[in-house]
Amino acid sequence: MMLTEEQQQRYKRNIMLDDMGKHGQEILLQSSVLVIGAGGLGSPVILYLAAAGVGHIGICDFDKVDISNLQRQIIHTTADIGREKTISAQESVKLLNPDVEVILHQEKINAENIQTTIKDYDFIIDATDNFASKFLINDACVSMQKPYSHGGINGFNGQVTTVIPKSPCYRCIYGDDFAEEVKEINGVLGAVAAVIGSIQATEAIKYLLDAGGLLSGRLLIYNALKMEFKELRIRHDDDCSVCSDIK
Amino acid sequence: MKITVNGEEKQFDSGFTIADIIAELQLENRRYAVEVNLEIIPKSEHNQHALCDGDRVEIIHAVGGG
Repeated sequence: MMLTEEQQQRYKRNIMLDDMGKHGQEILLQSSVLVIGAGGLGSPVILYLAAAGVGHIGICDFDKVDISNLQRQIIHTTADIGREKTISAQESVKLLNPDVEVILHQEKINAENIQTTIKDYDFIIDATDNFASKFLINDACVSMQKPYSHGGINGFNGQVTTVIPKSPCYRCIYGDDFAEEVKEINGVLGAVAAVIGSIQATEAIKYLLDAGGLLSGRLLIYNALKMEFKELRIRHDDDCSVCSDIK
Repeated sequence: MKITVNGEEKQFDSGFTIADIIAELQLENRRYAVEVNLEIIPKSEHNQHALCDGDRVEIIHAVGGG
């Protein structure tokens, strides 16, 4: 593909990047990323991927916009209250960058639909708000050898890591999940979601461009109250129930 | 030997393992990882992983919101 004159203007500051250039921009425009969860993390992820010109963005969510979402879910507006998050997010993307094709997945992911949902995408973003989904995404991505970014936030805290084929996975960190959780509603600062979501979007773009080093084999922990970042090394767990057979 | 657990310096007998430290903390039904000197030690190694004098051990709790 060739960039149009308008695209060369729109993406001028991307193209100026040594690790992107026109070729990298063309790659982004032909790439696809699935964002699972259009909430606190998903908002900045989707907006930054769209602004950067990732050409095909899947948005997966089953929920509707609630007024209590708006202190952090910046892709939605007051006028969107009561509307499907997928549609609200799609409209924001279209306003920001009409180059982007948005693919809507109006569903809650589960063991039955996860594989068909993720299979056509180049990179997956876990922007979900519960552990069951986080483990489900990890297991499906590892078994289908799909690269993905895990993100989690709570209060003033965030964690993020990138899982690619052959790297340690989420279960190498936390082991196997247990009994179904009762979903807790906790406080969370919107700006914390932005930091973690922005890192997730950066990882997706770097993966697509094959630029720099990814956050794989490392868990980045963000404590906004202390304003500290901590980076931990992650190793394969030889007994990992998901990746030990694959690596 | 002296080991720092969650920022607090404590005295332990030599040969103390991660599993021994976990047993003293109430972590049932918590999703957690154990970090020693900035490395997450896989759970399958907790029983054998003997701690050394000066080790810094932190319990990392999974964060599930989004």
